[in-house]
Amino acid sequence: MAKRTAKVVSGEIVEVVSLAELCRSCGVRAEWVVELVEEGILEPEGTAPARWRFSAISITRARTAWHLQRDLGVNKAGIAVALNLMDEREALHHLVRRLKHLSSG
Amino acid sequence: MDFKDYYETLGLERTATQDEVKRAYRKLARKLHPDVNKEPGAEDKFKEAGEAYEVLKDPEKRTAYDQLGANWQAGQDFQAPPDWNEGFEFSGGGYTEANEADFSDFFETLFGRARAAGASRQSSHSFHAHGQDHYAKITIDVRDAYEGATRTISLQAPEVDKAGHVTLKTRSLRVSIPKGITEGKHIRLAGQGTPGIGQGRPGDLYLEIAFHDNGQFTAEGRDIYLDLPIAPWEAAMGGKVKAPTPTGVVELKIPQNAHAGQKLRLKGRGIPGKPAGNLYAVLQITVPPAKTDDDRKLYEQMAQQMKFDPRAKLGV
Repeated sequence: MAKRTAKVVSGEIVEVVSLAELCRSCGVRAEWVVELVEEGILEPEGTAPARWRFSAISITRARTAWHLQRDLGVNKAGIAVALNLMDEREALHHLVRRLKHLSSG
Repeated sequence: MDFKDYYETLGLERTATQDEVKRAYRKLARKLHPDVNKEPGAEDKFKEAGEAYEVLKDPEKRTAYDQLGANWQAGQDFQAPPDWNEGFEFSGGGYTEANEADFSDFFETLFGRARAAGASRQSSHSFHAHGQDHYAKITIDVRDAYEGATRTISLQAPEVDKAGHVTLKTRSLRVSIPKGITEGKHIRLAGQGTPGIGQGRPGDLYLEIAFHDNGQFTAEGRDIYLDLPIAPWEAAMGGKVKAPTPTGVVELKIPQNAHAGQKLRLKGRGIPGKPAGNLYAVLQITVPPAKTDDDRKLYEQMAQQMKFDPRAKLGV
């Protein structure tokens, strides 16, 4: 186990992913991702599923969506609402952190 | 091993109906889900609730668990009676939704693990004989994004051996983080996921990048924000002040009559890339307290001479 630390693995920054890559990275079926796109939860560039290109942030969104469905039984519409609210909350947290720094500084 | 009171975990009486068990779990799961609840400890509680529900939702497992008796207290040292589960077969109960790798030793002693079943369920989502992709989150310093860095990470992942058993393996990996990475971006490490089956290629490892909250710099994409405190006279008269940046200290020119919240842009001093981000110093005017009589006199003099009414716009 410790021996494996010697080798340094270099990674590449993921800019866009294809449908197949997105499915593999999240461990989900393509049909399910297509449904997310139909619901407007993911917005790939390109016209047909085979040519779809997803931004890297889609990996996080698709994974969260899958957890919400698997763990809580949230449906597609509910996932869309939840993700929007999570984005909003994240932005507000960001702002609160900055304001806290300001008032304590 | 500690006894686990699954009823207590879900906040239920032992007489709760199956419907009540379901409702209690759903309510807790929504509250504690790690994607929803970012409080430390929420994830552990979520897993505990999942384990409790796994037992109590299944009449077979629940009956067996109830037979252990109500005399056990949560946390009490526990050993299962040798024949405790006689007459029960946990066949159809299933490990349907939860990730059984997260369950406690207590659970494992009583109900074992659906290892092979869990493994085949997971791989049913992946393609052919390709190994599964893995995912982990890694927190780095903003400075690492400027320079690139090498970080050692520890990963826990279930591994399937030839006999189909799943065990949690920890491995460490030294990862080089490319320069120019931003928050929320993913790094792909080809071939570092689950090994492939047969001729299949191994899966990839995806690392999601987050930055440490260092209290100084905040990032938005490639742009970096710095809150820069200045004195009232520096704001009024302008001048040069020192400011920290992730790549070192710079001198910044404050314009005359600068105001709080004003952003000074340092072009191209954000995270490198094409194009590179900018660094924004957001001015924050800090008022020195009047500590001595002399200080107070100075403020009095200002008050008399400047005729400044900060509330003029409020009409009071």
